[in-house]
Amino acid sequence: MTVNFRTLHRYLLSCIVIFFLMSAGFSMAGTAPNAKLDEVSRLLMSKTFDDKSRALDVLVEQSQPRTAELLHLLLDSRLYYHKKEKQLYIIADYDTGKIAIDLAGAEQLIKKKRDYKKIILNNNLRGQINRILAELGLNSNDPQQRENAVRDLLKDITPDTVLALKARFTIEESKKVREMIRIALAINDMKSSDEVLISNAIEQLNGSLEQESRGALVTFIDATETLDTPEASALNKQAQIALKGIEDKVQYYGWLETLYFGLSLGSVLVLAGIGLAITFGVMGVINMAHGELIMIGAYTTYVIQLLMPNHIEWSILVAIPAAFLVSGLVGIAIERGVIRFLYGRPLETLLATFGISLILQQAVRSIFSPLNRSVETPEWMSGLIQINPVFSLTLSRLYIIVFCLMVFVALLLVLKKTALGLQVRAVSQNRAMARAMGVRSNRVDALTFGLGSGVAGIAGVALSQLTNVGPNMGQAYIIDSFMVVVFGGVGNLWGTLVAGLTLGVANKVLEPWAGAVLAKVLMLIFIILFIQKRPRGLFPQRGRAAEG
Amino acid sequence: MRLLNILKNDRGGQIMMLVLLIMAILVPIFNLMVPENHPLHVPTYTVTLMGKYLTLALLAVAVDLVWGYLGILTLGHGAFFALGGYAMGMYLMRQIGDRGVYGNPELPDFMVFLDWKELPWFWQGFDQFWFAAIMIMLVPGLLAFIFGWLAFRSRVSGVYLSIITQAMTYALMLAFYRNEMGFGGNNGLTDFKDLVGFSLQEDTTRIALFVLSAVALAIGYLICRYLMNSRLGRVCIAVRDSESRARFMGYRVENVKLWIFVISAMLAGVAGALYVPQVGIINPNEFSPINSIEIVVWVAVGGRATLYGAVIGALLINYAKTYFTAELPEVWLFALGGIFVLVTLLLPKGVTGLIAGLKRHKEVPA
Repeated sequence: MTVNFRTLHRYLLSCIVIFFLMSAGFSMAGTAPNAKLDEVSRLLMSKTFDDKSRALDVLVEQSQPRTAELLHLLLDSRLYYHKKEKQLYIIADYDTGKIAIDLAGAEQLIKKKRDYKKIILNNNLRGQINRILAELGLNSNDPQQRENAVRDLLKDITPDTVLALKARFTIEESKKVREMIRIALAINDMKSSDEVLISNAIEQLNGSLEQESRGALVTFIDATETLDTPEASALNKQAQIALKGIEDKVQYYGWLETLYFGLSLGSVLVLAGIGLAITFGVMGVINMAHGELIMIGAYTTYVIQLLMPNHIEWSILVAIPAAFLVSGLVGIAIERGVIRFLYGRPLETLLATFGISLILQQAVRSIFSPLNRSVETPEWMSGLIQINPVFSLTLSRLYIIVFCLMVFVALLLVLKKTALGLQVRAVSQNRAMARAMGVRSNRVDALTFGLGSGVAGIAGVALSQLTNVGPNMGQAYIIDSFMVVVFGGVGNLWGTLVAGLTLGVANKVLEPWAGAVLAKVLMLIFIILFIQKRPRGLFPQRGRAAEG
Repeated sequence: MRLLNILKNDRGGQIMMLVLLIMAILVPIFNLMVPENHPLHVPTYTVTLMGKYLTLALLAVAVDLVWGYLGILTLGHGAFFALGGYAMGMYLMRQIGDRGVYGNPELPDFMVFLDWKELPWFWQGFDQFWFAAIMIMLVPGLLAFIFGWLAFRSRVSGVYLSIITQAMTYALMLAFYRNEMGFGGNNGLTDFKDLVGFSLQEDTTRIALFVLSAVALAIGYLICRYLMNSRLGRVCIAVRDSESRARFMGYRVENVKLWIFVISAMLAGVAGALYVPQVGIINPNEFSPINSIEIVVWVAVGGRATLYGAVIGALLINYAKTYFTAELPEVWLFALGGIFVLVTLLLPKGVTGLIAGLKRHKEVPA
C-alpha cells in the first residue's frame, strides 16, 4: 500500500473543502464546532509558536474526523491566512493561477499575493503534528486503518512516532497490526548502536516483505560493510542472511505474479481460440473471419452500453448472451451462404472466409467509423486484491481467468452431454455414416458453426474490457487463435486449453528479458518448429477420424 | 530458338511476351519523345505505376508456381518479396552516403538517430551493388530453404502449412517493427537518392526501371514455364494431384517441393528488389499477412496453374485497387472481399478459365 503524497494532498484538498462546506451548513444549527474552529484559526494565526502548539491541542481535543487533513495541509505548507480578513485560506495552484479557498469552500482569485501569509511551523510543531497524525491513525477503530497508519509510518520513523507505536503496541488486539508495529519498531531499532537490539531487530525483519524492511537491512549492511570488529561482521552476516531470505521470497512472489499474468494472457488466448477449435477443430473449416466474429462480439458490447447508459455496471452481463446471438447468427449466415458450397476444399474455404473478413471489417468501419471505440469497464471489475506488499491480484485478470474456465466448461458440457454435441461429434468423425443414422448433417453443420462463432462473440465481450474496440482488432487475434488451436491439436478442446495457457505463461516468462514483441516472435518461431516435430499438435486425434 | 521452344504450346505466354515487348518499346517513346501536352504522352507517374504492377505480376507468377503447380497454398510469400525489397533498400540506403539529414557518410539516418556508433555486421557489404544483388536472391532463398526443409521433410502440408507460412511472415513483421533489429523500425527504409549512380528522380531512370521490370517478368516467366515443361514440372503436377501416389512411385516429394519453393522465393525476392526503388520505400507493413493473402487472390482471379493467368490477375486487381482507393476508398475492401468470395465460389479457374470456357462453348456448335 503506497501512498503518493502529491495525489493524496490533491484529494485531501477536495475533501477538506467539502467538509468545511458541510460544517458551514451545520454551523447554522449548532455553533459549538464553529466556535472551536474560530479558536483554532485565531491561535494558528498568532505569531508565537506556543499559540500554534495550543491550536494543535485544541484540534486534538475536538477530534474531528477530518482533523488529519488540516494537519497534512499544515505540514505541506499549504495553509495561509489573510492578513486583514484574519481568515484561514488554502492556497491551490491551478493552471490559471493561484487560488485561495476559504474554509467554507469558496474560491477566489488571488489579487495581491502579499495579503496572504503562510502559517509557519518550526521543527517542534512538525514533530507534534506527526505525533498527532500517528496517534490519530493508530487509534482508529478500524484495524485495517490502523494497519495502514503503521505502514505509512514505516516511511519515516521519528522518535515521536516510536513513542506512539510503543503505546499502541501494549493495547493492540489485532494480530496483523501488532505484527506491523513490531516490524516498524524493528526498523527503528536497526538504527541504534546496541548489538543485542539490532540482532533482535534483524530477527524480526526476517521474512518481512515491506519495502522499508529491505531498505533498513540494505542500509545496515552497507554501513557495517567496512567495520571489522567481530560483532559488527557477525551482525552484518546475520543481516545478509535475512536479506537473502527476503529476496528469495520476493523472487518467489515475482514468479507467482508472472504465472498469474501468464494465465490471464493464456485465458485470453483460449477464449479467442476456443471458438476456432470448434469450427476448425471439429468441423475442419478454416474460418479466417473468426477474428471478425470476435470483433462483432466486442462491438455488440459497445452497442449494448450505448443502449443502456444508466446501467453500465450490468450491461456486460447483458452483452454476453447478446454477443453470442449476434456473432452466432452472423456465423450461421456465413456457413449457409458460402462455406457449405466449399466443404472438402479447405484452401478455397480459407480464401472465401478471408474475403468475408475483409467485408465485415469494412462494414464495421462504415457503420461505426474507423476510429477505436472505448468500452467502459464496470466498477466491480476494477481494483485488486492485495495479498502482501509485493504480490497482488488484479481483479480484471482474475475475472478473465474465471470467465475463460466457465466458457470452457460450458462448451465441454455442450459437446459431451447434449444431443447436439453427440451429433456434432458423429458428423465430424464420419459424415456419411452419421447421415445414414438419420443425423441431418446440414443442420448440424450450421449449428456447430453458429456455436463456434457465438463463442467467438463471447470472447469479443471479454476482449472489449482489455483492449480497444476497433475494426482491426480481429486481425490481431486471428493468427494467435490459429496458433493455439494448431499447437493444442485439432479437434481437441482440452488441447486448446492447455496450449493457450502454456503459450500465455511462456510468453510472460520470456517477456522480461526479451521484450514483448520479441517474446511473441520467439513464440511464433517455437510453434513453427513444434509443428515440424508434431504436425498434429500436442494432443493429436487418434484412430480413424484422424485420417480424414 | 530454344527460347521459342519453351513457349511452343503456350498461347497465353506468347501473347504476353508480345505485349511486354511492345510495352517496353512504346512506353519509353511515349514518355520521352512525345511532348507533354500531347494526348499520347505517358506521364512518368504512370510509367512508374506500370513498372510497379509488373513487379507485382512477377510476384504473382512466383506464387502461382508453388500454389498452381505444387498445391502449396503459401500465405507468406510477401515475406520473401519484402526481404528482397529490404536487401535492395539497404543498398539504396548506403548509396545516400553523406546526403542524409545528419550527413553521416557511413551510417544511415535512422542509425544516427538511434545513436548507433557503427554499422551492424549485417549491413556490411551493402555498399556494393553486386553484393546486394546476390543478397536479393540469397536471403529469401535461404529462408525458403530452411523453412521448406523443415516443413516438407516432416510432411507438414495443406492447411497447416498455410497457417505456419502465415505465422512466419507475421513473426517477421513483428521483428522488423522493432528498432533494435537495425532495419529502421516502423518507418522502414526510405529517402533513396540513386541507384548505381543514376538518380531515382530522373525520368530516364524510371523508364529504365520499368523496362527492367518487364524484362525480369519475362525472364521469370520463361524460367517458370521452362521448369514446368520439364520432367520436374510433370512431377510437380503429380505431387499436387496425389502426393502419396507420387511418393509411392519413388519420387522424393520433399525435394521437389523444396527446390520449387526456393526458386519461387528467389523470384519473389527479385520482384521485391525491383519494387522498392519504384515506390521509394520499404517498411515492415510489406510483411503483413494480409498482403500475402492478397497475392494468392491475384492468382486465384487470374486462374491457377497457367502462369499468365497470375500476371493477368495481378494487373487486374492492382489496377482496380489503385482506382478504387483513389476514387471510392470506402468500397475497396468490400470489392476485394467480394472478389475473394465470388471467385472461389463461381470462378474456380479464374478469368483465364472463364475465357477458355467461353471459347470451347463457341467451338462446340461449329
